[in-house]
Amino acid sequence: MINWKVILGIAKTHLLSKMKSTVTATLGVTFGIGAYITLVSFMTGLNAMLDDLVLNQTPHIHLYNEIRPSENQPIDLFDEFKGTFNVVNSIKPKQSQKKIHNALPILDYLKNHTNVKGATPQLRAQIFYLSGNIELGGNLVGVDIMEEVRLSNIQDNIVEGSPEALKNNDNGILLGAGLAKKMSLKVGDRVQVSTVEGNIFPLKIVGIYQSGIAEIDNVQSFTNLKTVQRILGEAENYVTDINIKLFKIDGAEAMARRLEKQFETKAVDINEANAQFETGSNIRNMITYAVSITLLIVAGFGIYNILNMLIYEKMKDIAILKATGFSGKDVQLVFMSQAMIIGFVGGILGLLIGFILSNVIDQTPFETEALPTITTFPVNYNVAYYIIGITFALVSTFVAGYLPSNRAKKIDPVKIIRGT
Amino acid sequence: MSLVLEAKNINKHFHQPKDFHVLKNISFGVKEGEFASIMGKSGSGKSTLLYILSTMDTDYDGELYLNNELVTGKSHQQLSRIRNESIGFVFQFHYLLSEFSVVENVMLPAKKLGKKSIAEIEHDAHQKLAMLHIEHLAHQKASRISGGEKQRVAIARALINDPAILMGDEPTGNLDSHNSENVFTIFKRLKEEQGLSLLVVTHDEDFAKRTDRIIEMEDGAIVKH
Repeated sequence: MINWKVILGIAKTHLLSKMKSTVTATLGVTFGIGAYITLVSFMTGLNAMLDDLVLNQTPHIHLYNEIRPSENQPIDLFDEFKGTFNVVNSIKPKQSQKKIHNALPILDYLKNHTNVKGATPQLRAQIFYLSGNIELGGNLVGVDIMEEVRLSNIQDNIVEGSPEALKNNDNGILLGAGLAKKMSLKVGDRVQVSTVEGNIFPLKIVGIYQSGIAEIDNVQSFTNLKTVQRILGEAENYVTDINIKLFKIDGAEAMARRLEKQFETKAVDINEANAQFETGSNIRNMITYAVSITLLIVAGFGIYNILNMLIYEKMKDIAILKATGFSGKDVQLVFMSQAMIIGFVGGILGLLIGFILSNVIDQTPFETEALPTITTFPVNYNVAYYIIGITFALVSTFVAGYLPSNRAKKIDPVKIIRGT
Repeated sequence: MSLVLEAKNINKHFHQPKDFHVLKNISFGVKEGEFASIMGKSGSGKSTLLYILSTMDTDYDGELYLNNELVTGKSHQQLSRIRNESIGFVFQFHYLLSEFSVVENVMLPAKKLGKKSIAEIEHDAHQKLAMLHIEHLAHQKASRISGGEKQRVAIARALINDPAILMGDEPTGNLDSHNSENVFTIFKRLKEEQGLSLLVVTHDEDFAKRTDRIIEMEDGAIVKH
């Protein structure tokens, strides 16, 4: 029979009468858990931001026609040379169109697919931006702007103007921030673009686009799909790229392979496109967890030490409790409950401190040219980390308390009382 | 009269540092309402015997009966319960829990037993303290009272569960003659007024002579009882 009231009463008296060690032990847990919460919130926040920065630029599956040599050269088709060793020098890429064949039916097919959140057509054109007699080479991407807003984070990257303004203006352009700076242009100005063939078109700047990646911002601008088709003098079904966003990203690779076969185009899935990026993320996560676990283990050793000392100090008390009829288990529970109280109180305080610190980090200004949408440090307030934090606090104090309390359980009262 | 405590052929060896036969064939009994004392020189094994009788030491051969019930061989859990319920123990040093108040120290074994409500236990504790003339100290910290008072608190604690037998390991060994006298008077009164059985290990010949029975030990054996 365990009388919790008595046991907790003794535990409470011990804790309160040794306030200094109690506070030290509790603070050990508090700082461990607090640092864990702060670190993990901040690190995963940063990771998520970096993920967003790169991954949201990339569609889950990207369909396009690749310029490459045909795999079957004419000689392979000639029966007389079958089975011989043929060498062809100076193979040239196959003459083919850049556009995706049957783009509109493909789009319809994709939009009806169950795992597809959306598919947007794009038309990438090589153009020159004209500024006086200077020509700047670059890309003009024709998009269905409202679909892009729905499916990607393009809206975050439009630092001036709005996507609606582009939609409502047939001759509008969202100019890359780097280009705008080079040519000293601002919203409302006009910019002339010239196609490779030399046709010149004036476009009105309705917004500035800044992705945060200078290589892109220095060459790329967005406009309506129809505008680019008109500039190039192509029909409405002329589309060079199809970007697909999925509901479940896991299926990306399999689907890409299937689409490649089905439509005879090149399909690149997100993992293939960002393989090395993924590795970086994983390693950052590993470091975060390694540091956090170290912190928590250090806190655990603190508790172990303090309980061990407490038990040394309380040897006589333990002996007397046993002599007056408390069993070994009762004594163990007295010390275990002390450990658990320290763990619980320290853990809860740690969560609080972690929350406050991550809030402070969240408020800290962090402005960088590369990330237009970020004004403060990113912090990830995930409840899971708080649950992990308190669980670890309880588990580590349990382990740290178990070993010393088990020793207390085994103390022989006769030895203590007789002083041998 | 029936025996409260009975030892049959108790033998004990110390194995460290070398084998040593401490207790040799100890057999005796304490009757109900008897005030017995165990005397002997240092090293005669009297304390060792007392700790076996108190059930705290379980490393012995032989049989021990408490209230005619065999105690030997029970689990630690059961022995704790028996100590809690039926044996009161007073040590040479007071051994109070210094962070607790006097009355809390007295109440603790009863709370552990859990047979009465807290209010009843508190009432009992005050009664025991009053009987020992130290009720005015009830709410003092145990570390703040004098040595004689501490020993009386320890006696009150030993009595709280109305044990079958009260054991003492030199309970007056650390007290001046005035306080020793006091403790003896208390023991005597407990025997006479409440019919409590007492078994006290002592060096003090004067103390022993005034008890009902002296059990004398020498070299681990009872020489006279």
